[in-house]
Amino acid sequence: MAAGAAGPGPGSGPGDSPEGPEAEAPERRRKAHGMLKLYYGLSEGETAGRPPGSDPLDPTDLNGAHFDPEVYLDKLRRECPLAQLMDSETDMVRQIRALDSDMQTLVYENYNKFISATDTIRKMKNDFRKMEDEMDRLATNMAVITDFSARISATLQDRHERITKLAGVHALLRKLQFLFELPSCLTKCVELGAYGQAVRYQGRARAVLQQYQHLPSFRAIQDDCQVITARLAQQLRQRFREGGSGAPEQAECVELLLALGEPAEELCAEFLEHARGRLEAELRSLEAELGPSPPAPDVLEFTDHGGSGFVGGLCQVASAYQELFAAQGPAGAEKLAAFARELGGRYFALVERRLAQEQGSGDNSLLVRALDRFHRRLRAPGALLAAAGLAEAATEIVERVARERLGHHLQGLRAAFLGCLTDVRQALAAPRLAGKEGPGLAELLANVASSILSHIKASLAAVHLFTAKEVSFSNKPYFRGEFCSQGVREGLIVGFIRSMCQTAQSFCDSPGEKGGATPPALLLLLSRLCLDYETATISYILTLTDEQFLVQDQSPVTPVSTLCAEARETARRLLTHYVKVQGLVISQMLRKSVETRDWLSTLEPRNVRAVMKRVVEDTTAIDVQVGLLYEEGVRKAQSSDSSKRTFSVYSSSRQQGRYAPSYTPSAPMDTNLLSNIQKLFSERIDVFSPVEFNKVSVLTGIIKISLKTLLECVRLRTFGRFGLQQVQVDCHFLQLYLWRFVADEELVHLLLDEVVASAALRCPDPVPMEPSVVEVICERG
Amino acid sequence: MEDDAPVIYGLEFQIHIIDFDDENNIINKNVLLHQVGEIWHISTSPADRGVLATCYNKPSDSKVLTCAAVWRMPKELEPGSHESPDDSSSTAHSLELLCHLDDTAHGSTACVTWEPTGDGKKVISLADNHILLWDLQESSGQAVLASSASLEGKGQLKFTSGRWSPHHAGTQVATASDTTVRGWDTRSMSQIYCIENAHGQLVRDLDFNPNKQYYLASCGDDCKVKFWDTRNVTEPVKTLEEHSHWVWSIRYNHSHDQLVLTGSSDSRVILSNMVSISSEPFGHLVDDDDLSDQEERRPEEKSQEPPRDGVIATYEEHEDSVYAADWSSADPWLFASLSYDGRLVINRVPRALKYHILL
Repeated sequence: MAAGAAGPGPGSGPGDSPEGPEAEAPERRRKAHGMLKLYYGLSEGETAGRPPGSDPLDPTDLNGAHFDPEVYLDKLRRECPLAQLMDSETDMVRQIRALDSDMQTLVYENYNKFISATDTIRKMKNDFRKMEDEMDRLATNMAVITDFSARISATLQDRHERITKLAGVHALLRKLQFLFELPSCLTKCVELGAYGQAVRYQGRARAVLQQYQHLPSFRAIQDDCQVITARLAQQLRQRFREGGSGAPEQAECVELLLALGEPAEELCAEFLEHARGRLEAELRSLEAELGPSPPAPDVLEFTDHGGSGFVGGLCQVASAYQELFAAQGPAGAEKLAAFARELGGRYFALVERRLAQEQGSGDNSLLVRALDRFHRRLRAPGALLAAAGLAEAATEIVERVARERLGHHLQGLRAAFLGCLTDVRQALAAPRLAGKEGPGLAELLANVASSILSHIKASLAAVHLFTAKEVSFSNKPYFRGEFCSQGVREGLIVGFIRSMCQTAQSFCDSPGEKGGATPPALLLLLSRLCLDYETATISYILTLTDEQFLVQDQSPVTPVSTLCAEARETARRLLTHYVKVQGLVISQMLRKSVETRDWLSTLEPRNVRAVMKRVVEDTTAIDVQVGLLYEEGVRKAQSSDSSKRTFSVYSSSRQQGRYAPSYTPSAPMDTNLLSNIQKLFSERIDVFSPVEFNKVSVLTGIIKISLKTLLECVRLRTFGRFGLQQVQVDCHFLQLYLWRFVADEELVHLLLDEVVASAALRCPDPVPMEPSVVEVICERG
Repeated sequence: MEDDAPVIYGLEFQIHIIDFDDENNIINKNVLLHQVGEIWHISTSPADRGVLATCYNKPSDSKVLTCAAVWRMPKELEPGSHESPDDSSSTAHSLELLCHLDDTAHGSTACVTWEPTGDGKKVISLADNHILLWDLQESSGQAVLASSASLEGKGQLKFTSGRWSPHHAGTQVATASDTTVRGWDTRSMSQIYCIENAHGQLVRDLDFNPNKQYYLASCGDDCKVKFWDTRNVTEPVKTLEEHSHWVWSIRYNHSHDQLVLTGSSDSRVILSNMVSISSEPFGHLVDDDDLSDQEERRPEEKSQEPPRDGVIATYEEHEDSVYAADWSSADPWLFASLSYDGRLVINRVPRALKYHILL
């Protein structure tokens, strides 16, 4: 053991350690641990701590457990030179000395501690002995106390029992007294009308009386009580039935009756019956307001009345019912719902009748406020009676009314448009002063446009009230989505624009083919109006609508372009119809003039016929009229002296070919050759062709129609020499004045050439007038 | 030579008989002189192909009076006699006058129409505001006024056109005057029906549907073609608005009444298909045609889709107003049109449509 204990000492020597000096400190500690472990037989894991290369079984290891001094010495002797041996010897001695001193110090310290411990133990032994004595004394005292206590309780036992019994008797007596006094008490309560207290007393006594009814005295009390209770119940019922005392009292009665154990089912039915009576009275008064004889109050007042009277009553009934008959479960709730549904339905019917009376009126704000109150009022019972679906029904009514309003506004807009048209007709038909007709048309157009626009805006504003933030139903999905997109945008605005176009188009299809029905100026004005709508107004109105009614609905809406196309088509049709009508007027004039005249026996022409002057005048008037509303448009380039140029063309160059027909079979070929060749190079003339939106195109259309008519009429007549010459003069006159109205003056020349050529063909004696003479006559007037 | 198509048209003082040989595409022309005056209207007897009636202007110094007469053409020029002398194209023949339909008291004759199914003995002429029924006697050698009626009213009423209905045993005639179309019973010479304002402007021509007895087509200066059911004259059955100027002539095809031919002063001839109001509404075979007699009926090949109403073709060969258009009486697929400049155009119904109708 000594050797073992000494072992670590030299092992910790610096020179002796096989490891480098840097690992010295931890190494030493580990070695010490290793030694202890080895000592206590903890061999496992020790190899882990051991530095590699040092075999624990190495007998030459000074610190090892298996150190063998002989071997070690042998090894030293064998291996080391003398000097080293000397060194190791001195080293060893020094180490041994150090170990010895260490050991002595340890022993000394331990000894001191041991001595002090022994002292302490001795002192403790003395103290314990004293304590043991005191404990013994305590034990004897306690035994005495216990003894005394037992004796006392034994003496008090008797009295305690007596006191308990007395207390019980006292309580019983008080209960009995209550019972005996109960009938008189109840009677007093009933007389005083304190029904609530009476019911409470009765409730308290009921169970006891029930239990002891086999005893004669109790039985008597019970009977008395029952009689009184029955009376009480009767009185309560009486009060309940009288009904006049209002819903809260009734509810109280019912509550008391329920407490008295009356059958809930029956009470429930009776309660509803009473409520019905009251609500029906409300409904009757509403109906009376509705009646035709007294001047109906305005709709706001009506809905207010209905809201506070009927709906308030219904609310009270519902809440009282739900409180009282909560125990009834779903069956009771269903009964209430059915009740509410029925009465609600009648109420709605009344409201709808009233609202229907309102359809004709123009004031939307009042209606919207009334609807708002109506809807707001019904939200409370709606929450109470979700099953009855009153709120949904109310919303439906509001939606229906809103739809009807939209329809009403659409009608209003249509009527306004028709009214505008009537105004225009009157303005057009009114006898006007000379020179005043000019500015009238443009002004009328502006008036119509602005009046329609203001009507549309007014309608939009009126309808917009339905979606105002403060209105209770504006956040319903219908008003947020469908109402805005389908109702207002599609139904009202698009519907109106469409109907406007249709109305306008109907002027084209009307039996006005004869010309008289629709004044041509109106056609022109409508056409311009539609064109203006196409270019600007439609998109403006729709933008306005979309801004006012922020459309959240995704349902498809009519795009602006479609409407514009419709409006443009309408404008085009109207203008085309205008051209036809005006063309027809002039055609009829020309036709009459050709058909009624006797061309064979006419005199030599001295003048242009009056009808031609009239044609030119009318054309000029139309030109002025169209110019008020439509732009000039483009015409083909023309020479300043165009009338002269073409005159020479048709009167001289073709003279030989055309005015010398012969009746040999081959002759027609020659006479027609020139005109045929000319036609090959000219475009085919579409007489009743669609026109463009400008003045020149309109005038061209009218003149085309007129001249073609003249041509066809001339071909049906036979002319004498002077008849032909008259036609020549007339045509030249027309040529002088008509070329400036048309887009392509060549067209006028062509048609007039045809007229003269046809007249020549229809003349058995074709001797044309000298061009100079024709010119002179025309210039003379 | 069953598809040989004779066409007759008038110009000034001549009547030209055009022979069209469909197989060889050869046209032959024979000229008949009409010395009495300028011809305004011409119609042929349904019974005797050598007989025709004309309305002509009588030349006079101060007045133009339109008269009517019945003529017989020389035997060798009768359509259907095929010896047609080749050298006759230059030599002019004369017409043989049978009788005048004259009654100067009645004014200018606008139109002559023959009884379509009879023996060629009855003729109606329209003179100013009178409708005159003539009996031709002694092989058309003499015309006797059988009965007459006249149109009374304010203004100067004039008949412009008239047609004799092929139905009702030849007792109905329709006339046009101004914007009104009227139906007459030839037995009592009384008015049966009256379509007021049939057109917005003057009514130019009329024709009866050859297969449907109550159907009538009219055309006029409002550029429209209207189809009427004479039992209900408040509304037209159908209206076409394809022309851009007055429509002067309208003709139903004699066999296939869905084919309607119109000529207009916009220089166009339009062939329309009016299937929906025809007697063969869904391309059914109606066995009234000598060509379809030989065809096998094949109902399983009925047209897959009912053809729509509408324009089949627009013929723009004319350079000037077209005043007359008519179907060939021999070949139902052939028609001719005549314009102011003297151009006669012969056309065929498009082959595809023809097979569509036949099969």
